Amino acid sequence: MKKAINDFIVRFANVNGTGSASANFLFAKTIFRMGIPVTPKNIFPSNIQGLPTWYEVRVSEKGYLGRREGIDLMVCVNPQSMAQDVKNVKSGGYFMYDSTKKLPAEYLRDDIHYLGVPMMEMSNEAFSDPRKRQLLKNIIYVGALAKLLNMEVEAIKVLIGEQFEGKAQLIDANMKALQLGLDYAAKHFDFPLPFHLEKRDLIVDKILVDGNTACGLGAVYGGATVMAWYPITPSTSVAEAFEHYCKMFRIDPDTGEHKYAIIQAEDELAAMGMVIGASWNGARAFTATSGPGVSLMNEFLGLAYFAEVPAVLVDVQRAGPSTGMPTRTQQPDLLLAAYASHGDTKHVLLLPASPKECFDYTALSLDLAERLQTPIMVMTDLDLGMNDHISEPFHWEDGRQYDRGKVLSAEELEHVGKFGRYLDVDGDGIPYRTYPGTHPTKGAFFTRGTSKDEYAAYTEDGAAYKRNMDRLLKKWDTAKSLVPKAQLYQEKTNQK
Amino acid sequence: MSYLKPLFKHPRLPKNKLGYTLKEYEGSLSTLCAGCGHDSISAAIVQACYEMAVEPHKVAKISGIGCSSKTPTYFLGNSHGFNSVHGRMPSVATGASMANKDMQYFGVSGDGDSASIGMGQFVHVIRRNLNMVYIVMNNGCYGLTKGQDSATADQGSKSKAGSINPFQAIDLASMAIELGASFVAQSFSGDKQQLVPLIKAAMQHKGFAFLNVISPCVTFNNNPGSTKSYDYVREHIEATSTLDFVPEMPEIKASYESGKSSRIALHDGSLIQLNKLATDWDPENRISAVNALQQARAKQEILTGLLYVNSEWKDLHGVLNTYHKPLNRLDESDLCPGEENLLSINAGYR
Repeated sequence: MKKAINDFIVRFANVNGTGSASANFLFAKTIFRMGIPVTPKNIFPSNIQGLPTWYEVRVSEKGYLGRREGIDLMVCVNPQSMAQDVKNVKSGGYFMYDSTKKLPAEYLRDDIHYLGVPMMEMSNEAFSDPRKRQLLKNIIYVGALAKLLNMEVEAIKVLIGEQFEGKAQLIDANMKALQLGLDYAAKHFDFPLPFHLEKRDLIVDKILVDGNTACGLGAVYGGATVMAWYPITPSTSVAEAFEHYCKMFRIDPDTGEHKYAIIQAEDELAAMGMVIGASWNGARAFTATSGPGVSLMNEFLGLAYFAEVPAVLVDVQRAGPSTGMPTRTQQPDLLLAAYASHGDTKHVLLLPASPKECFDYTALSLDLAERLQTPIMVMTDLDLGMNDHISEPFHWEDGRQYDRGKVLSAEELEHVGKFGRYLDVDGDGIPYRTYPGTHPTKGAFFTRGTSKDEYAAYTEDGAAYKRNMDRLLKKWDTAKSLVPKAQLYQEKTNQK
Repeated sequence: MSYLKPLFKHPRLPKNKLGYTLKEYEGSLSTLCAGCGHDSISAAIVQACYEMAVEPHKVAKISGIGCSSKTPTYFLGNSHGFNSVHGRMPSVATGASMANKDMQYFGVSGDGDSASIGMGQFVHVIRRNLNMVYIVMNNGCYGLTKGQDSATADQGSKSKAGSINPFQAIDLASMAIELGASFVAQSFSGDKQQLVPLIKAAMQHKGFAFLNVISPCVTFNNNPGSTKSYDYVREHIEATSTLDFVPEMPEIKASYESGKSSRIALHDGSLIQLNKLATDWDPENRISAVNALQQARAKQEILTGLLYVNSEWKDLHGVLNTYHKPLNRLDESDLCPGEENLLSINAGYR
């Protein structure tokens, strides 16, 4: 196999729920800390325990983030998927496996190299606790890889120290397992392999983070106070991240009171209803879901569009149609989201391409929703949402004010003649609104999904209906001037 | 109420303690059928809000879809209203309450809106003990689509067209008690004497207050053989109690007196004065409340009055321990952690 520096793919084949995730992340993060662009992907089934799961790490000095064909090194610790895993190694590549048991003859190919490491046997000898034996087996293969791929051992040790901070016993056990792997590989294999790592300085100040975390954090910075959601893969961790950072920053230290409300709703319909109710009442609110949830939210999205109530939805897309492939990425919701609901409805979508943009756009969407008084959907996908990506660091301009849009205060209401909720005062299609509870005698109006005139009164008058629809189109034009400019990337395909 | 309202305001109309007259709690002209029970309930809401002297703009009215859900236009014209989508009023009310805990929320729904399309949301808003008054204007039929049976129509009840409902009825009041509603009452749109104090007590209750009000549909379900007609309801009603609501009188201790009279204290010291008519029933005991409802049902009677109350349970804001100021009043300084914290978050992802 020809020599390659910082340009290869390692795929780990594990069993769901065996603690492999943290060991595999340790592997990827070490490469990131070595200053080399790396992109890890979770390839997992819709299942909690027992089915095969893969973690694929692409190392690319040129910074390519997508998956490519051809596995250079397969680390297989799952007998269940071994037949498939052996097949997937590219010719001339390497196959690392647990040699505690002999490799069945049918898995032997003559065009690849085999790296047998008796991981289970070593772990059983070194550790007595059954759970530890299972977990540390994974660290043993990280140790072997470190030797074979020329990883910076010190960087691994620092990461282990960070991961188990304050738990000396666990740190010791991990260090021991790591050393076992290193020693075994040094003794039994030629190292480094033809493809391996060399330290670089290509990461600079970038961060390694997933898009869902970035969305949750962006909502905290953007001032969302109400979050309503229903669990659905792959969006669930948006809610978890929002809660995590709310607990960190939004709990009053004196009283313990929360400057946020998170409700796990009974379904996606209710989640969107809660977002609309809260936004109508002047709080910044959002939900996160995936395709099936957007299907259920259609009715409410139409209401928010037509009644002109702000709402923010983070759609972490997954493969459809229907239940589709819940744990596989796809971007199948674009049309569904753009035209969600019946009638002449069209929505504003923001399409982030990195965790930094997930953060920025979620915060921005809360501004846009209130400025435009309409639903804003942040369209990410499973790949961006649930996998770690190298990203520009997050940034917040201190002193930045939230754009709360056109909201009349009690004092302002005193000075307007007759308040018209759907009156286009400024000619940009965006009317003025009032929060409930603002003024004892002025500014109250009736919000409804039915057709209404400029003063929010129910009407079936054709001319009034047309005026309203035309104004909504004008608002749509205004939206174009407020959303971030699209950025186009083009890569020359025949580049050498 | 489907009549033309006089524009004339008598200069000596009585005012409540905030200085508002009853008129200032009214809404626009009703477009429901003349004699609709719902209009009587709207009038009772107006009366209750007037007597309770709430700031009209500190009330929000939220509804779903249907005849009942149209009524928020017909009361409290100075309050914001939200006629949302069918069966989803509870979620909109939940979000609204989360945004501003300092307002009074009226949820208005019907039997189609709550017992059929919105059953899921009805169930879950009860579980969460959202601080709101939830009124079902229950007429056993779909009025706006011309009289189909609803899920609360009694088995064997006859429609105007003559067909007999073959299905079991959903009893929203006993269901609400079993699901953990902290205030459950049942009444009749034609009994303003009972309805007004019940609404007042419900407004003062901190938690989910459910009012199932039998409200006959004069157009589609007021025929002989219907169990939700005015005549049938009047003949089969059995009041558990007569009651009066006494706001904020903390000097009177809440205690049960022997015999038929009792007082129930709400969280703020307001009292509900009950004169019990049914014997084996205790409105602070879920089991006897459910039992009394079931017995009345077996006798084909409609039990009315305050059926169950528990003022100890935390409402949703209490459970979530939300900030003392309404969330919709918080600004950047309360909500945004700033760049310095972001720098350390970035460091954690390196």
